[in-house]
Amino acid sequence: MLLSGADILVKTLIEQGCDTVFGYPGGQILNVYDSLYTHEKEIKHILTAHEQGAAHAADGYARTTGKVGVVISTSGPGATNLVTGIATAYLDSIPLVAICGNVSTTQIGSDSFQEIDITGVTLPITKHNYFVSDVTELADTIREAFKLAKSGRPGPVLIDVPKDVQTAKCEYTEESPVQPETPSPAKASRIEEAAEFINKAERPFIYFGGGLITANAKEEMLSLSEKIDAPIGCSLMGLSGVPTDHPKFLGMQGMHGHFASSMAMHNADLIVSLGVRFNDRVTGNREKFATGAKIIHIDVDGSELSKTVKEVCSLRGDVKLTLQKLLPLIKESQKNEWAEKVDSFRREEENHLDKRESLTPRNAINTLNKYLGENTAVCTDVGQHQMWSAQYLKFRTPRRFVSSGGLGTMGFGFGAAIGAAFGTEERSVLVTGDGSFGMCLQELATAVTYNVPLVILIMNNGVLGMVRQWQTLFYNKHYSNTVLGRKTDFPALARAFGADGEKAETVEELDNALARAFKSDGPYIVDCRIDKDEFVLPMLPPGGSMDDIIVELEAEQ
Amino acid sequence: MNRYTIAVLVKNHFGVLNRVTSMFRRRQFNINALTVSETETSEFSRITVVFSGEKEAKEQLINQLYKLPDVCSIKEFTEDNSVNCEMLLIKMKNQAEYREDIRNAAEAFGAVTVDYSKEYIMYRLSDTTRRIDDFINLMRDYTILEICRTGSVSLEKASTTIRQVINL
Repeated sequence: MLLSGADILVKTLIEQGCDTVFGYPGGQILNVYDSLYTHEKEIKHILTAHEQGAAHAADGYARTTGKVGVVISTSGPGATNLVTGIATAYLDSIPLVAICGNVSTTQIGSDSFQEIDITGVTLPITKHNYFVSDVTELADTIREAFKLAKSGRPGPVLIDVPKDVQTAKCEYTEESPVQPETPSPAKASRIEEAAEFINKAERPFIYFGGGLITANAKEEMLSLSEKIDAPIGCSLMGLSGVPTDHPKFLGMQGMHGHFASSMAMHNADLIVSLGVRFNDRVTGNREKFATGAKIIHIDVDGSELSKTVKEVCSLRGDVKLTLQKLLPLIKESQKNEWAEKVDSFRREEENHLDKRESLTPRNAINTLNKYLGENTAVCTDVGQHQMWSAQYLKFRTPRRFVSSGGLGTMGFGFGAAIGAAFGTEERSVLVTGDGSFGMCLQELATAVTYNVPLVILIMNNGVLGMVRQWQTLFYNKHYSNTVLGRKTDFPALARAFGADGEKAETVEELDNALARAFKSDGPYIVDCRIDKDEFVLPMLPPGGSMDDIIVELEAEQ
Repeated sequence: MNRYTIAVLVKNHFGVLNRVTSMFRRRQFNINALTVSETETSEFSRITVVFSGEKEAKEQLINQLYKLPDVCSIKEFTEDNSVNCEMLLIKMKNQAEYREDIRNAAEAFGAVTVDYSKEYIMYRLSDTTRRIDDFINLMRDYTILEICRTGSVSLEKASTTIRQVINL
């Protein structure tokens, strides 16, 4: 079939199983949009208000479905607006294919109108990128991009398609969707070695991250935990990987992690880590991190092994397949003394819990918990509200917590929540702060246009809370540029965009507001007022260790 | 700080050198010498990089390089397991009082005269990095007008080739 590059591009997306794309048209991608018009029955295009929102939406779609998210933009500013979205996906290992138009190959390199070297710009934030200079290579390039995006450790791939490649014609033959590279388990000898360490351990701790969710290895991990009687903790990216109420699960670990989880990790003699990368937000001071523990690390990406912490046994391989080979070698054992110690950490955590009955962050998230279904995706922005969500949300299903863990992108949540709603075909929830929400709130227009069922809980404290918290603790309360003092009326803003919303100042008001929000057809803003002096606790000061943990506010103020 | 020499076999695409060197920049390695050329097949290019850094960082760098889809294989060279060679062009001022000394030194090092005029003499020397350093140091006693040296090219002392390196 003789087709134009633009048609080949759209046809190949459809062939690869892509039924929803997010994007924004422009001069150098017009031909592709013309083709999307022709194929609108086979592929749905969601028009956002800004390319950044489209990139985050494709990301949220990918996180909730496990499929490759696709975003399309024009050249120049359209392409550069994708950059934050691509970087966010890169740091969290999310499969994303970004397609940009560009000026004709004859004009490339002449600083034409809206020309930018986007492959150069995105070099360090993509797994790989392509500049397609010949229409005959277009279909295979897209196929290769899909394969790369989802193989091994997933990540974003960008394809730059000049205008004359979109108009040129060549033969197109439909192919079946590409499969990711076949995953393989780690070397048998390494697995045996790991089993020996595990069988000898007296105080084992299992620590998992986003890699466990990607590998779909929840069951295998839970079997291991049961067999060796080990408590489980996770990184921010691991959240939703196991249900919050699982008896072995202690919650998130790290700078704002659960006390019991951090203490258990600190006191363990063996840490079995699965699909994690020991980020500085997790380890704090690496010299003092879990000094008594031997670390076993299973990850599909060899470059993560022994990258930041010393490991006794590093296993490069698919987490699920490696655990399957490992499990038969593991002896079942009860570790009563260790279990008792872990319980004592839990009791201590219980003592530190915030038990006030007013509209505290914890009570706000707990009220939200009542309305969440098994399949509801909760997306966040970045800051205090993100940590409160991580600490207090009740997770039930993997891929239902969507948060920018690695890059920490304020403004991520709105686009992601729109993408998540399309991905799950259900109402999604955005928990955000007034600062983060202010960054990309124009996507309200998108949510209204497509009537996206979306509950937007703004934890509004009038300040950039997380930065302010650091200023309180480490910068002598010099509140430099963190007190917003804005007069934005969020419910009125919602109405201006054609949505609805209301303010909540008490737990009861919040409860009622959420009840209405979860019945609403389209997007609904709940402007939840939080005191500006609420802190995220516990907190490991940056570069600190468990000895420096701050558990109560009074002690610090 | 240690000095390392690695050869990276890459697919012969445009922009591939940029991808490889960008990884050195990101990990803040300074490249001491760099050579790029096509190999026995035009499908592949070979990039030989000499750089300094810490061992752990070097290993991380190699792991990261392996993740680039255009990188096929990587080989690390030591002085014992490889033959390393670079080339120097050096332009000396032709002064009657030193002419004999310069010629003798060039002869001792095996440098070849590639151009000669009343004003200058140009030599070419292909040798190890250390021998070339020594030769340049010797020439510093006279008047060096200009020098240009290539990066190192390296091959392993074995019948195995870089294409047989298995990704770790």
